[in-house]
Amino acid sequence: MSSILVVVEQREGKLNRVSLETLAAGQALAADTGWTLEAAVVGNGVSGVAGEIAGQKLARVYAIESAKLEPYTPDAFAAALKQLLETKQPKLVLMPHTYQVRDFIPKLATSLGRTVISDCIAYKKDGDKLVFTRQMFQGKLAADVSFTCDAPWFVTFQNGAFRADKVEAGASAAAIETVNPAIADGVIRNRPQEVFKEAKQAVDLTQADIIVSVGRGIKEQKNVELAKQLAEALGGEIAASRPICDAGWLPMDRQIGSSGQTVAPKLYLALGISGAIQHIVGMKGSRAIVAINKDSEAPIFEIADYAVVGNLFDIVPPLIEEVKKAKG
Amino acid sequence: MKILVCMKQVPQKDAPLKLNESGAWIREDVSYEVNEPDAYALEEALRQKEKHGGEVVVITSGPTRAGQVLREALAKGADRAIHLEDNAFVGLDAFNTARAFAEAIKDEKFDLIFTGLQSDDYGYAQTGVVLAELLGWPHATIIMQIEKTDGGIQVKRELEAGYFQFVDMPLPAVLTIQSGINKLRYATLIGIKQAKNKPLRKVTLAEVQAVLGPNLQKIEKLYVPQKTKNTEFLQGPAAEVAKQLVEKLRNEVRVL
Ligand SMILES: Cc1cc2nc3c(=O)[nH]c(=O)nc-3n(C[C@H](O)[C@H](O)[C@H](O)COP(=O)(O)OP(=O)(O)OC[C@H]3O[C@@H](n4cnc5c(N)ncnc54)[C@H](O)[C@@H]3O)c2cc1C
Repeated sequence: MSSILVVVEQREGKLNRVSLETLAAGQALAADTGWTLEAAVVGNGVSGVAGEIAGQKLARVYAIESAKLEPYTPDAFAAALKQLLETKQPKLVLMPHTYQVRDFIPKLATSLGRTVISDCIAYKKDGDKLVFTRQMFQGKLAADVSFTCDAPWFVTFQNGAFRADKVEAGASAAAIETVNPAIADGVIRNRPQEVFKEAKQAVDLTQADIIVSVGRGIKEQKNVELAKQLAEALGGEIAASRPICDAGWLPMDRQIGSSGQTVAPKLYLALGISGAIQHIVGMKGSRAIVAINKDSEAPIFEIADYAVVGNLFDIVPPLIEEVKKAKG
Repeated sequence: MKILVCMKQVPQKDAPLKLNESGAWIREDVSYEVNEPDAYALEEALRQKEKHGGEVVVITSGPTRAGQVLREALAKGADRAIHLEDNAFVGLDAFNTARAFAEAIKDEKFDLIFTGLQSDDYGYAQTGVVLAELLGWPHATIIMQIEKTDGGIQVKRELEAGYFQFVDMPLPAVLTIQSGINKLRYATLIGIKQAKNKPLRKVTLAEVQAVLGPNLQKIEKLYVPQKTKNTEFLQGPAAEVAKQLVEKLRNEVRVL
């Protein structure tokens, strides 16, 4: 019987919610292919997470337990999952495209002589063939990609590609099978220390109603002033895409995106931001998104409510004046 | 320390991309640049060499035009370059690209291999980690800092949402470098001049062919993504657009 294995992610015994999106993808694929859906959770002390997952509509949950799996290392995770895959032989292995997964899944696939179609946003079933859609060129183009090797086929899904609230609960709890992989001494070469956050953030952008965010289209550090004036006129906060903070034009705690803050203001005004996925995950929940970009094909327009195709240096000065007028 | 930096030539960020009828992108008439995270990887290698001595070697694969990223790297201070030169290399998946690189460097002894954490064009985020596995070396990804220690190195990994983690690891190792790890330098005129006399080894497809297999994945077609959201485009002269936008902010978004 062919099967699909979803590997969910946990940290300190808590499920990473993005895993539910991958489970939703797994359930949809199981329905389309008729294959059995199973899940696995990897770590030390993961029975709680396994129990939570077992409540969903799937056939079985593997709790892969070993003291050597905490803290996370790519060596131990790849070794543990390789053993499971060799015994269970699923056709399709699905994971969320998290920082942790992208750290070990290419190693795991390579150790089995296989490949990963990474960071997918959808799938299609074309007759017997599965095709996975992923963004290319930072979202400017999409690609349909297929496997040209034998199973197991590894796929990671982008954050937000499937809806976590679409996960179907099971009629009864699925069986949980505890697996204790053998991880020999010497397999683990990295010695990770505690996870930490850099010095406490001075601004909490999550509380802002209005955010004016600048990207590389602002061109020079001195131009950031223009965006600040707009933010001030609107009574909002200034924020930025990553390259602006990397360059030190704004402090790191003003960065929006997967490695910065996640915000959902009433208004998010993006100036000269292309709309790479790592930026979008940090602001797509905004109630209204306005994008000003000179490139009519910039991916930011895919999620904008209001779009202005044009040079921000032409549009922002009169915009500041109009806002001031409107506010009286 | 002897460091290898893997670099990729990608279309410039602003370059308009055209598709042909079979759904492939047209590589001709496009301006290219170095993949951004790779530029940071090179910079980091140069800084490590300045601190600890050693050698910085850069490697790329692709047609003749891809040699430009190597010349730029040599001008910035890399000591020598390796070019796997053939148009066929652009069609390889991450697994095969890593195999070709591993074969091309099999007689060398590097302490560290750096790659960018992913490419700006295809964004697979795999080649570095696959290469580590093929070589049997440890790896760490999304690196924001590297310090030499007694037994090896200590790296700072970036995690999601502003979290980080220090990891101690032995050498040799593969690291995938995140943009922003350092500040990039420019090539100097002297550097550009000196680059012309630095060694550049060319590797043909035939030299590595024996280790390549069939690609394990295939791009069926590329296309412009369909827009799903109902976006209102505001048009007209700048002053007019500014008025319209403020009207929307007042009456529809209701933030004014
Ligand atoms: C693991 C990882 C984590 C990341 N985390 C983040 C993150 O947290 N946050 C983040 O933002 N990015 C993050 N990134 C980087 C992300 O992939 C993009 O590179 C980045 O968001 C691009 O920033 P940008 O849009 O400002 O620049 P670009 O992509 O260079 O876009 C600039 C835009 O400005 C437009 N423009 C230029 N001139 C003008 C003008 N005069 N008027 C109007 N428009 C103009 C251009 O058309 C273009 O669309 C991460 C990447 C990785 C791999």
